[in-house]
Amino acid sequence: MTTDTRTYPGARQPDRFRRVTADGVGIAVYEWGRETDPVVFLAHGGSDFARTFDVFGPIMADAGWRVVTWDHRGHGDSDYAAMYSWDSDIRDALSVMSSTTDAPAPVIAHSKGGALMMQLIEASPYRASRMVNIDGMPSKRRMPDVPDHDQTRLMATEIGSWLDYRHDAATAIRKPGTLVDLAARRARMNPRLSIEWLEYLVTVGARHDEDGWRWKLDPSMRFGGFGPWRPEWSALRMASLPIPFLGLLGTVDEPMGWGARARDVLPWIPQGGHLEVLEDIGHFIHIEAPERVGALVLDFLS
Amino acid sequence: MSTALKTISLQHNRITLALHQLREGTGRPLLLLHGLGESAENIASLPISWAGPVWALDFTGHGQSTVPRGGGYSCEVLMADVDVALRHLGEATILGRGLGGYIALLIAGARPTLVRGAVIIDGTGLVGGAVHATSSSEIPVAGSRVGTTPDPWALIELSRDARPPSYAVTFTHLAVTSSGLDDPIAVTCKVTPQWVEAIRAEAGVMTDITMQEALDIYAAI
Repeated sequence: MTTDTRTYPGARQPDRFRRVTADGVGIAVYEWGRETDPVVFLAHGGSDFARTFDVFGPIMADAGWRVVTWDHRGHGDSDYAAMYSWDSDIRDALSVMSSTTDAPAPVIAHSKGGALMMQLIEASPYRASRMVNIDGMPSKRRMPDVPDHDQTRLMATEIGSWLDYRHDAATAIRKPGTLVDLAARRARMNPRLSIEWLEYLVTVGARHDEDGWRWKLDPSMRFGGFGPWRPEWSALRMASLPIPFLGLLGTVDEPMGWGARARDVLPWIPQGGHLEVLEDIGHFIHIEAPERVGALVLDFLS
Repeated sequence: MSTALKTISLQHNRITLALHQLREGTGRPLLLLHGLGESAENIASLPISWAGPVWALDFTGHGQSTVPRGGGYSCEVLMADVDVALRHLGEATILGRGLGGYIALLIAGARPTLVRGAVIIDGTGLVGGAVHATSSSEIPVAGSRVGTTPDPWALIELSRDARPPSYAVTFTHLAVTSSGLDDPIAVTCKVTPQWVEAIRAEAGVMTDITMQEALDIYAAI
């Protein structure tokens, strides 16, 4: 059996790999750069994995940083868990940070990772020295054209569907396919990213079984569209962040994006913080424009 | 569980749940849901009159159910525990104590045609966390009891889960609009956190009623 391989301009595999046990759950940790360089943490978004930083991470490492990132539980090469929650993801992140340094370090986080890390920093402000949030800032915009009674009906459907899925989740397996199939599937969620990049991602984020490639994401995961969480909670946390803050926002909506607009986010930018809006860029800002984001971030960290 | 007639194992994702039959009977089952940190054993001694079979569920991380690694609890996962039990039992009336009362409300809204009345009584975990996100001074550590029931992560996470009253009201609306029952929810608890206060004000929620009176009404459906 041969395994397809792909390369991508600027993409580099991590210099080091290790595992951290977080409350019994094995977390895969990756590093670029010299171990003696100052630490910066990168946190990926929901349904993503650490190797999506294969271009951005090396840019930071080449600029003199020890870049540390990890697969969230159930993602990439980290263990599957019986349950997934915001709080458990935060504890896992804290385990990775503690395994690396007890000193405050900069945090760069994308999408859901951004919201997670804002909560971690709000709870443990001594852990972070600066934060860059890449399109993980809260938005209150949600189905604005749907009347209330239809929202309730949609919620009932969503809850029922989520519960139905949980009955069979234990035996769920991801659909296999060729490398090209998996890249094409991911393109539906990442329509602005090149096929070359998505095919590269398959080779570092999927596993090759006898019957084909499968994404590693835990098949028992299914993100529900309901829950008690309110976007304004994240806004309150963002506003109270006690460290220098840079927010990056694209202007093009995407299936995996949060739909946040500058006008939603600006009122909640913490004191002294800055929001940079990048025109004609989607949700995966650091992947679409790694050099530009790298320059912005390095300037901010300097 | 010493007082159970029988115990069956049900699979909920990677968790094996213990569902205990406490009594035999004829008619619709009554499903008992325990409070936070309790187990089916604790609620089995509740003085109730019910003609049908009586069952009690151990939630994930409680009693004889699996203790998962690394926590991750939410009330929605416990709601799904109950859904797994309902797939085995079919239509049932549910009585929940404390946290189990909140879960009874959620499943009554989520499966309105399967839940024939949900009764909420006082007990541990009824209040839950705040009604909105809070500042946390430190991220918790579970300690040396990890791996035993009740799972320390269950106690930590489910006692801090935010419970906005509007969320509880939404599930009440779902139960009222789709169950076909006049009053699908019965609130009999003395302690009234904000989520309970909010649903008490809604149509379709019985108040000023005892636990047994509520059960008698649901038994007659």
